[in-house]
Amino acid sequence: MFYEKLNKLKEKIIEQGNLVESMIEKSIRGLINKDKALLLEVIQVDEPRTNEVEIEIDEMCISLIARFQPEARDLRTIITILKMNNDLERIADMAENISESALFLIERPLLKPLIDLPKMAEETIRMLKDSIDSFIKNDPKLAKDVCERDDIIDAYRDQILRELITYMISDPTSIERAIHLERISRNLERIADLATNIGEDVVYIVEGKVIKHGRYKDTEAGDA
Amino acid sequence: MSDIVLRTENLTASYDEHIAVKNVNLSIVRNKITAIMGPSGCGKTTLIRCFNRMHELSPKARVEGKVFLIENSNEVIDIYSVDPMLVRRKIGMVFQKPNPFPTMSIYENVIAGYILNGIRLKKSDADEIVEETLKKVSLWDEVKDQLRKKGAFLSGGQQQRLCIARALAMKPDVILLDEPTSALDPVATMKIEELLEQLKNTVTIVIVTHNVGQAGRVSDYVAFMYLGELVEYGPTDVIFTRPSHEKTEEFLSGKIG
Amino acid sequence: MTKYELRIIKSKVISVILTFITIVSTFPFLLVLYFIMKNGISVINWEFLTSLPKPVGEPGGGILNAIIGTAILVTIALILSVPFGILAGIYLAERSETKIAFISRLVSEILQGVPSIVIGIIAYLWVVKPIGYFSALSGGVALGIIMLPLVIKSTEEILKLIPHELKEASLALGVPYYKTILKVMIPAGLSGILTGVLTGIARIAGETAPLLFTAFGNPFLSFNILKPISALPLLIFTYAISPYENWWAKAWGASCILVFFVLSLNIITRLISTRR
Repeated sequence: MFYEKLNKLKEKIIEQGNLVESMIEKSIRGLINKDKALLLEVIQVDEPRTNEVEIEIDEMCISLIARFQPEARDLRTIITILKMNNDLERIADMAENISESALFLIERPLLKPLIDLPKMAEETIRMLKDSIDSFIKNDPKLAKDVCERDDIIDAYRDQILRELITYMISDPTSIERAIHLERISRNLERIADLATNIGEDVVYIVEGKVIKHGRYKDTEAGDA
Repeated sequence: MSDIVLRTENLTASYDEHIAVKNVNLSIVRNKITAIMGPSGCGKTTLIRCFNRMHELSPKARVEGKVFLIENSNEVIDIYSVDPMLVRRKIGMVFQKPNPFPTMSIYENVIAGYILNGIRLKKSDADEIVEETLKKVSLWDEVKDQLRKKGAFLSGGQQQRLCIARALAMKPDVILLDEPTSALDPVATMKIEELLEQLKNTVTIVIVTHNVGQAGRVSDYVAFMYLGELVEYGPTDVIFTRPSHEKTEEFLSGKIG
Repeated sequence: MTKYELRIIKSKVISVILTFITIVSTFPFLLVLYFIMKNGISVINWEFLTSLPKPVGEPGGGILNAIIGTAILVTIALILSVPFGILAGIYLAERSETKIAFISRLVSEILQGVPSIVIGIIAYLWVVKPIGYFSALSGGVALGIIMLPLVIKSTEEILKLIPHELKEASLALGVPYYKTILKVMIPAGLSGILTGVLTGIARIAGETAPLLFTAFGNPFLSFNILKPISALPLLIFTYAISPYENWWAKAWGASCILVFFVLSLNIITRLISTRR
């Protein structure tokens, strides 16, 4: 009974993960292809949907804890799903932010060709995908890998920021567009942070170890 | 609410001077598991014993109010205006302690309701009922080679499943379980709980338990009784996460009971 | 010697004394058995079991009349006491709180304490007087009255021991009350009830006093329950107080058979009740 319900819960959080993933992908694709309809879909259809699912998952988790008083790994799983749920909902909000900025940008001439941003988005989406995959497969190695890739995203963000600053200095009329581009890259960077959180949570489910806030290195050393 | 199978109207039950159940109005949903929980002596057992008219067998017992059984055909039976024997065949019961008939074989125990009532079954029909029912309670594989033996060698959990089979064999609309696992070990308890989940497609289940955990694990709806009164009744998810009465809150968090 | 050692010695002494007393208390029975075997076993042969007594002085002869007589008397007693006893026992177990139950339980206990010769007199007044002569029937009635409280008591006790849940299980299946009693309670208590009946038979098979002026005794083979009939204890009594040595030997033989009969009943009873 319990495991049936826990499996249903897992399916639900995976469904939410996939939905959120597709939202990021759509908002970037919408930006590149200047597809207004796609961007509006993210804002008007997908985001409200994720809010509903978030509440649904919350209730499922609370009910499971109240009724079955799970212990050990089951407890870690449910608590982690509860946190992932929160993270995923935040990611959905950020995808919405990206779509909003994209809606602004597609109406205007391109500031510069989009080169780094799509790459950064691709890498971010992959991180999120891998973090969810690591949850599905209970794979702490993949999860730790996701956590390490956060640095790449940070590097992209810094790189994009530097570039945009030069544009803004040379041409004040570009500032508004540059800020929107920066907003997109900032949101992607935050999404990557949240994906890292999910990765850390997966390690916690499987191994019961906390690797947040720099404890990752310590545990590695301890294991060796 | 949805499809109701059993409904009480101002049900009050007493022993001598002591009123055990006070003015209960409760509707049991068909093909769901309803748990009745509460501290010892809160009247939960008395309540379900009113459903199949077992309460009136106790000395100086009295029942007021009404209980209606709504059959699949939507025929409504006022159970206090018909033959109690008929009621008890439609509403089966399983007790705290496993109580298979010691003089009967496992086979006979399953169809005891027919044997004792003098209802003649064709051999093939009897065989079919026994096999089907034992399969329903997942006991068939464990006893299929020993059907003609007496049930005494069975474990407590197996005996209790045999008793559930005995109640099911009469094809009742509802079965009432009075703390069915209180005499069993945790493993046997878990088996019975899983069994209930499978059975609810064929029969409505009302289970009395003083164990909050069990009520949470098995039930779709839960009724909380305190001092003979029905305090709160609703879907288990709701009652267990946001009960609306102080007493329910206290019981769930272990402060009373 | 330490206190501890003293305590162990005390404990051992007490244990030995208890064992000794227990063994000693079985002596009377063993002695009885020894004397009966010593004097009786040589008398018993096929002829002894299957022929009728011969007149004094003639060699041979047996006690067939007494064996058949006891069988008939016990059967009559069973027919009279078992149905009444079981039904009354059921009532007492099922309605143990009522006034009637209280009174009949008391009466039954008193009846059990009434000396058997008094019961013989009652049977004489009830049966022998109205019919006009001694009879097997009157003997059976006397034995039945003696047996009745035993059957009542054992039925009541055993039914009270049957778990209440069993009765509820049956009632909850929609089985009417009378069928529950007949088909669930009685079968569940059967071995106990049987034990009570067998104990009763063992008790009445050896009764002499109530038969003196009811069954009376009969040197001939009789199957007529309205005529006097012999019985093992009666025969033993008559032969033992007779002046003939030949009859004394026969009394030993009959005692031997009676003791074996009662002993085996007791063993069977024990087997039934432990098998449960």
